[in-house]
Amino acid sequence: MTTELKLTKKDFVSDQMVRWCPGCGDYSILNAVQQTFPELGIPKEKFVVVSGIGCSSRFPYYMDTYGFHSLHGRAPAIATGIKLANPDLSVWIATGDGDALSIGGNHIIHLLRRNVDIKIMMFDNRIYGLTKGQYSPTSETGKRTKSTPYGSLDRPFRALELALGAQATFVARAIDTYGAHLKEVLKAASDHKGASFMQIYQNCNIFNDGAFEQYRDKKVRDDNLLELRHGEPLIFGKDRDKGIRTTDCYQPEVVQLGNGITEKDLLVHDEDGPLGYLYMLANLEPPDFPAPIGVLRKTKAPCFAAAAHEQMDYVKEKEGEGDLEQLLKSGGTWVVE
Amino acid sequence: MTIESQTTGAGTKVETLDRVTIRFAGDSGDGMQLTGNQFTATTAIEGCDLATFPDYPAEIRAPAGTLAGVSGFQINFSSEEVFTPGDEPDVLVAMNPAALQVNLKDLKPGGILIINTDSFKTNDLRKAKYDENPLEDDSLSGYRTFKVELTTLTRKALESTGLATRDVDRSKNFFALGMMYYLYNRTMENSLEWIRSKFKSKPEVLEANELALRAGFAYGEVNEFFQVTYQVPRAKLTAGTYRNVNGNEALALGLVAASVKTGLPLFQGTYPITPASDILHELSAYKRFGVLTFQAEDEIAGIGAAIGAAYAGNLAVTTTSGPGMALKGEFMGLAVMVELPLIIINIQRGGPSTGLPTKTEQSDLMQAMYGRHGEAPMIVIAARSSADCFDTVFEAARLTTKYMTPVILLSDGYIANGSEPWKLPEVDDLEDIKVELATDPGGEQFMPYSRNPKTFARPWAVPGTPGMEHHVGGLEKDHLTGNVSYDPENHHEMVNLRRDKVYRIADDLPAAEVEGDDSGLLVLGWGSTYGSIAAAVKMARKQGKRVGHLHLRYINPMQKNVKDILHHYDKVLIPEMNLGQLARIVHERFQLEVHKLDKIQGKPFKESEILEKILELAEEN
Repeated sequence: MTTELKLTKKDFVSDQMVRWCPGCGDYSILNAVQQTFPELGIPKEKFVVVSGIGCSSRFPYYMDTYGFHSLHGRAPAIATGIKLANPDLSVWIATGDGDALSIGGNHIIHLLRRNVDIKIMMFDNRIYGLTKGQYSPTSETGKRTKSTPYGSLDRPFRALELALGAQATFVARAIDTYGAHLKEVLKAASDHKGASFMQIYQNCNIFNDGAFEQYRDKKVRDDNLLELRHGEPLIFGKDRDKGIRTTDCYQPEVVQLGNGITEKDLLVHDEDGPLGYLYMLANLEPPDFPAPIGVLRKTKAPCFAAAAHEQMDYVKEKEGEGDLEQLLKSGGTWVVE
Repeated sequence: MTIESQTTGAGTKVETLDRVTIRFAGDSGDGMQLTGNQFTATTAIEGCDLATFPDYPAEIRAPAGTLAGVSGFQINFSSEEVFTPGDEPDVLVAMNPAALQVNLKDLKPGGILIINTDSFKTNDLRKAKYDENPLEDDSLSGYRTFKVELTTLTRKALESTGLATRDVDRSKNFFALGMMYYLYNRTMENSLEWIRSKFKSKPEVLEANELALRAGFAYGEVNEFFQVTYQVPRAKLTAGTYRNVNGNEALALGLVAASVKTGLPLFQGTYPITPASDILHELSAYKRFGVLTFQAEDEIAGIGAAIGAAYAGNLAVTTTSGPGMALKGEFMGLAVMVELPLIIINIQRGGPSTGLPTKTEQSDLMQAMYGRHGEAPMIVIAARSSADCFDTVFEAARLTTKYMTPVILLSDGYIANGSEPWKLPEVDDLEDIKVELATDPGGEQFMPYSRNPKTFARPWAVPGTPGMEHHVGGLEKDHLTGNVSYDPENHHEMVNLRRDKVYRIADDLPAAEVEGDDSGLLVLGWGSTYGSIAAAVKMARKQGKRVGHLHLRYINPMQKNVKDILHHYDKVLIPEMNLGQLARIVHERFQLEVHKLDKIQGKPFKESEILEKILELAEEN
């Protein structure tokens, strides 16, 4: 099908000048998406990219697809309406940590709970960029920003944990500059039938530069990242010599392979594994653990928009297509001569 | 008014009346709404014109027997044209002391009072804040009081069912209904049919209710309890097929009709709120018409999803009441900006804040006109009666799809829950609403913000259409390409364009028509005050006053001849269930000093209240 459509990256590049700050991580994400879309086997006119407000939310303008730049936090509402009206469309959301988890928090959890077949790319830079540098719901505690000169006090959300809590059926993480991996995740999200939540670590070089350096710097990233692959053991490290297993009390621990410890002692990733395991993964982070990237969870559940139309079809079959005259005359009529 | 009397074989006299107003009142748990609705359905089918007004507390079950828990239902039926549910009831059915305490002051002097005496025990009286038992002093001497041991009689009638007392007592509203059917010479057939279909799956409840209804009827008949019974003859209504309808039902039906006539699937994005939720309940049952209802996580998501569905080519509606309107404000601005069709329905209730959720008010007109940031003009229209909700929402669908801009439709708790007979339109007579989705880019590149020179509507191209890919959004748009534009001249042009688009719709509206005299005093109204004003104007003219009535469906824009009409009269009176919001608009728009009549009590105007003001202002003809 891909060859039939003959789409290339060029088909998805709009004529709008990209206006992110030079050096912004958003450029890498845009590039990865524009490279991935032609490979998904979906006709160009069926893509709709919806966004809220924020730097990331300029995304639709740069994609030569149908696009809707909506209100702060409200992309899930618009996107849900689009998908319900036409389940045949491939609906994507470009959002940020403030847009999705703060002002739009209510909408995002309900989209995930309902399992609306929509692909959410949450660009997480742990800062408010477009409003020029206030802390965000994913900023680390104690962060000094324009609005928190003495350090922030509130605890950050762990986005993956939140998504799991909202019963997301697809949960993944990727990194802006790790393009090949990001494209894999985007493809997996597209293939998933249901709501797909992707946290994409993204560097804001103006207001929060270096926030993800330990994951982006090729010299150290392999020691700090755990690349998840379904059915494969949890191995990481530059020399792929470290792994993760659990103690008897289900506590994760990092072990050095060798000296009697083999891959067989390690946890094997299961995308459809028990929630306890998934929550454990979602909470791993440096310095004690590597941060997992890739598809954390992928599980099957009915899709909301499809179910809504199936129900409608079922009723039509059972009761017959609606007849307006009959409807108007329902509920007891009488005739005046 | 008694027209004639006759005596039946049984010795009971039957008096013919041309108009009766009955109020059923009881505890929230007594089933008074059901009783009222049944009486209404039968009265409608038996040919009277009528109007109803249910009045119930916000609490689903306020403490039983308290004043706060009183629920009422008023019906006004007549052999002549009926405009309102009536002012003072001729008959009050009081199922407990609290119902009596709350409603007695409204009963006409000498009116009929039917009381369930079983519920007048010390504790009941205390809860209703009676120091003395009103059945035992002379406080009811000004009325024709019928004391009925309604609970005892119902229990007796249902002895054979073997049901528990608690369940038996639930049927006492049907006993009361049966009595009222006898008293007003109505048949039981319609209610019996309803009971049989409603309780099909609960045979014991079915039997109990049927027995209670028959027992109530027989009680009146056999005992000659009422020395006189009444009949109200059929009204001379225009020939046609009728049904009884309340405003929310009519809105739902109108939306389905508009969906059929536009050929667009109907999408409702909403969040439950009193008194608008019934629209959702109605529409969610219409899946066979391809109606998709979405109960969102909040008011904001309700309108957001509707806008999304509109973008994707559906006929989209969001429904709410005042507080929900406030939450939707930001999205309404977006709807104006992206120029998509959207119907926003506000069933107004008492405000501000949570206010009086189950009571009626017209105080959201300013919010509808101006309740958005920026220059965000919207079409604002209002329904005047329960049945008019059908035509008004159909018109909303025509305007929003033709002009590609959102429409606010105002209704209120009074006409949303109140009902009246509705002469059904012929489906073929309903106008087809032509909607053409854009499928041809018409040149190198599709211009989503190009315009129809007449309507200023932009093309509606929906996702999934090849070659029409484009962006919409909240940032200011270039007047042609729809690309983001910060150009100062372009913004100025677009702000003006969005305003002019709404203004120009006035060219497309039928001329406003006055009922009554064309000079003297003009009573100007909008929304649910129609009935009270029409009735009052009619009475004033009968009394020789020179007075006309203009009722506005279109508030923004107004019909072009409104200005001329207003200036044609010596005086203008505007009755509103607010502090004069239309009066302010009229003053601002036409530099016209008007007389105001405000009532903000959570209740519709009585005919007499408006009549009194008219008589004060109007000249002799």
